[in-house]
Amino acid sequence: MNALQHKLQRDIRAMLGQILAIAAVVAAGVMVLIISVSTKQSIELSQQRFYQTYQFADVFAQVTRAPNDLIRQVEQIDGVNIAETRIQAAARFSLAGFDEPIQGQIVSIPDYSEPLLNRLHYLYGGRPGAGAQNEIVISEPFADAHGLHVGDDIHAILNGRIQALQIVGIALSPEYIYQVDPNSILPDYARYGVFWMNRSALAAAFDMDGAFNNITLSLQSNADSGYVSDSLNLILQRYGSQGAYGRYEQVSHRFLSEELQQLGVMAVVLPTIFLGVAAFLLNILMTRIIHNQRQPIALLKAFGYSNRHIIQHYLWFTTAVVGIGLLGGIVLGMIVAQPMASLYATYFRFPEFIFGLQPRAIAIAFIVAAIAGVTGTFRAVYAAAKRPPAESMRPPSPPIYHRSWLDMPWLQAWFNQPVRIILRNIQRFRLRASLSVLGIALSASLLVVGSYQFNAVNEMLTTQYRQILRMNLDVQFTDVTPGRALYSLQSLPEVDYAEGYRSVPIQLSNNRKEWRLMLLGLNDHSELRALPGWQQALPTDGILLTRYLAEDLQLELGDPVSVRVLTGRQQQLQLPLAGVIDEPLGLGVYMQREALNRALREGDVISGAWILSQEHTYATLFPTLHEMPMVASITQFAQAEHEIRTYIDNTILGFMAVMFVLAGSITFAVVYNNARILFAERERELATMRVLGFSKAEVAATLLGELAVLVVLAIPLGWAIGMLFSWLLVTAMSIDLFRIPFVLSPHIFALSAIGVLFAALLSLGLMLKRIWQLDMIQSLKTE
Amino acid sequence: MNAAKRGSPNVNTEQVNPTEKTPVFFARGLCKNYTMGEVEIKALRGVDLELYAGEFVVFLGASGSGKSTLLNILGGLDSASSGEVTYQQQSLTNISERELTLFRRQHVGFVFQFYNLIPSLTALENVAIVTEIADNPMPPEQALKLVGLEQRMHHFPAQLSGGEQQRVAIARAIAKRPAVLMCDEPTGALDSKTGIIVLEVLQNINRELGTTTAVITHNEVIGEMADRVIRLSDGKIASIHENKQRRSPSELKW
Repeated sequence: MNALQHKLQRDIRAMLGQILAIAAVVAAGVMVLIISVSTKQSIELSQQRFYQTYQFADVFAQVTRAPNDLIRQVEQIDGVNIAETRIQAAARFSLAGFDEPIQGQIVSIPDYSEPLLNRLHYLYGGRPGAGAQNEIVISEPFADAHGLHVGDDIHAILNGRIQALQIVGIALSPEYIYQVDPNSILPDYARYGVFWMNRSALAAAFDMDGAFNNITLSLQSNADSGYVSDSLNLILQRYGSQGAYGRYEQVSHRFLSEELQQLGVMAVVLPTIFLGVAAFLLNILMTRIIHNQRQPIALLKAFGYSNRHIIQHYLWFTTAVVGIGLLGGIVLGMIVAQPMASLYATYFRFPEFIFGLQPRAIAIAFIVAAIAGVTGTFRAVYAAAKRPPAESMRPPSPPIYHRSWLDMPWLQAWFNQPVRIILRNIQRFRLRASLSVLGIALSASLLVVGSYQFNAVNEMLTTQYRQILRMNLDVQFTDVTPGRALYSLQSLPEVDYAEGYRSVPIQLSNNRKEWRLMLLGLNDHSELRALPGWQQALPTDGILLTRYLAEDLQLELGDPVSVRVLTGRQQQLQLPLAGVIDEPLGLGVYMQREALNRALREGDVISGAWILSQEHTYATLFPTLHEMPMVASITQFAQAEHEIRTYIDNTILGFMAVMFVLAGSITFAVVYNNARILFAERERELATMRVLGFSKAEVAATLLGELAVLVVLAIPLGWAIGMLFSWLLVTAMSIDLFRIPFVLSPHIFALSAIGVLFAALLSLGLMLKRIWQLDMIQSLKTE
Repeated sequence: MNAAKRGSPNVNTEQVNPTEKTPVFFARGLCKNYTMGEVEIKALRGVDLELYAGEFVVFLGASGSGKSTLLNILGGLDSASSGEVTYQQQSLTNISERELTLFRRQHVGFVFQFYNLIPSLTALENVAIVTEIADNPMPPEQALKLVGLEQRMHHFPAQLSGGEQQRVAIARAIAKRPAVLMCDEPTGALDSKTGIIVLEVLQNINRELGTTTAVITHNEVIGEMADRVIRLSDGKIASIHENKQRRSPSELKW
């Protein structure tokens, strides 16, 4: 080992605290990259594996009833790989000991073989015995929610007939990775389940002998899916088809894609912000640290070392910093990423969870950190090495200061000399101070990004559940019902107020984009359902859309919207876009109820009712409602709100909590480094002050003062940058399910300010030892 | 010389100025050990010494002789490993760091080879930084006037020559009206002409304010302007020489 290597080793040891702090900044940036990329990757990989292994279908279609023979025609369509028919129906279930109604989707599986498509992964038990009429397979989340086991009993109301069934299997299906009632946006595993029975059993129950009502297809790899759908529609048209749709409109797949898309955005935006900031900080910190090495650099030059040699020497130093950071970031990132990704995965039921991490992510992290570190080092070393060695060896001439606006007489009275030192130092080294301020501000902005969503999400849910959805209960009817049915609800003693609505499944399309949604017909000036941004009476012709939806379909006010009704007469309507609604959750299509009924050529009908009632009356209200033949299901909004809060808490906010912790460590590392560098630069002055009779506390206060000025300037700048970053993130993360609003609450600002101030105090605390041990004599003699 | 070593302050026959008999500093058996890495350095090996009010003392010695260490201990920048120092009957040994700081703040003025001015403060402000915390300071303007810099009060260190910077340092040191002025190689970084101007300032201060002045140097010639010249060698006092007549700095040549 040569002398330079020894020096390197010792330098590293001497500056270990600082090096670790800078490495922590790099590590945090790398961790964000690894966590976000691998969360997305893991879910994507698990999904792909499940789809492939269990033959998830590509095209789906629902009909009223079609003869089994029809499958021959379907199989002839060019591009179809496998076609399979089945019977699928909504059903109600009841479990002993659970009073609330359970909705479910029941799907047939072949009596004598495994399904060809959408095969089941059995976690416990297996498929029903051949020809068994009373055996049922239940979905795993439903089994979990009720603690059901193979062998337990469940009652089903199939087509109005109650039937006792025995659970023979607990399974997962690629079709129901995300298992949710089509009427709501979030899963409620206790009240909604997916069930499978033998085809023969369902055929008997639903009078479907020799017939099917659902068909799924898989496509050949080169198939034209548009052509297949069109051909399928042509074949199924006569059988009450609601139109073929691809995976994109399949509920579970759609939701998973949305989630993956959002994760994909997070995996780009968050690491860009974090790693970018880390790279910038690494660059300026390395520059500053090496700037303070002027003397040894001059010495090395005086001995005859070449610039190249010296730069190489310091690059090793940088390599150590970047290396520690990168390695730490990768290791910690992988440790945190796996539980993080599996937390997400609890909402998506995969038979196996595959943890994935692209080597590319690590390569990107490495390249970014290396470039930032090397350029910072190079710049600083080059500047130091460029000066003739003699210049650096001489005692330094004092830097030049000038009087400035700070010396105005009226200001003078306020300052004592230590304050003046602080202000002049900052003013003299404006660039250096600005970079410090920017560095601290960037770290503060990460705190804003990390905490922003907590309040915004709360705000979003409050808007949705307090202002938009004012009802407590949504009672869905089995069928379209005359409007007077509402009276029977209103007359119930538990019901404070009831309001009918009409909802109808539709398909919206424009510019080749299609959406399958519910069109909601509302009363004018509805008491229970607000449309944010729409105060006037509902338009008598025309529809209102959620802004996100209108933008996605590229519709302007007044544009005709093509609406295809998916039930009944299946009318094709052209309705002008009358307005847009700013709602944060879900996607909505709204119309005046009368106008909707008129367009559908129906009289005064409703398909459900919203109810206002007290929660303590539910015990008597629910049984009464369930007795009513027209009631299909009841949704409790308080419960829905609780579920969505839990979901967001566990996924996005869990994710952001990790980001917040990382932002906090970056903030600390940056402030600590600034304090250390500041101390190194001021050491001589501080020692002089000690000699002159200033106490340690007074000297510490001077240092704190300068740090405080930097921090106080940095905090508002950090807020501004943080707002910009948050806005970017929120905009990029808008999805069908929800759009986090850009609301700024005082908490966020307070939190980031407290974070930075805390980091500053902690840094100073860690440095007190240095200030206390400041060697007055040594600092005065050197140079 | 022997008297200086043995004698008590009350029985001092070697007083130059018989009107000022009381010693400001009184040191007995001062030892100072440093550990530099694993090497033990004995910087002082039993120094006995008195400094009297108003006298001008020059400490001579090669580097490593212990003269700076001695001055640092007397000035409260450092503390002895063993032995005893008193300042006006108050012990400086075994007092807290806090009390040492207060001692420096109130009683000691320091002048260093490299001035150690605060570059971000003007000459006046560099003096004011001390007067703001001292008990009974003179106005900073007056201190600068004493060193002949009343015309340059609002200049920053970078706008001053080396000699001027050193005079600001002296003004800063005396502005608190210290009992003692400790100067460590005050001319070490200056050419002889500028050095003499600085020494003249020190002499004037000593005469006009009666401030006890201790100057460390390895420049033998400077000894000629002192009341007493104390030579150190190897951490001990080698000799104490009394000048019958102090020479004026302008007569000195090196």
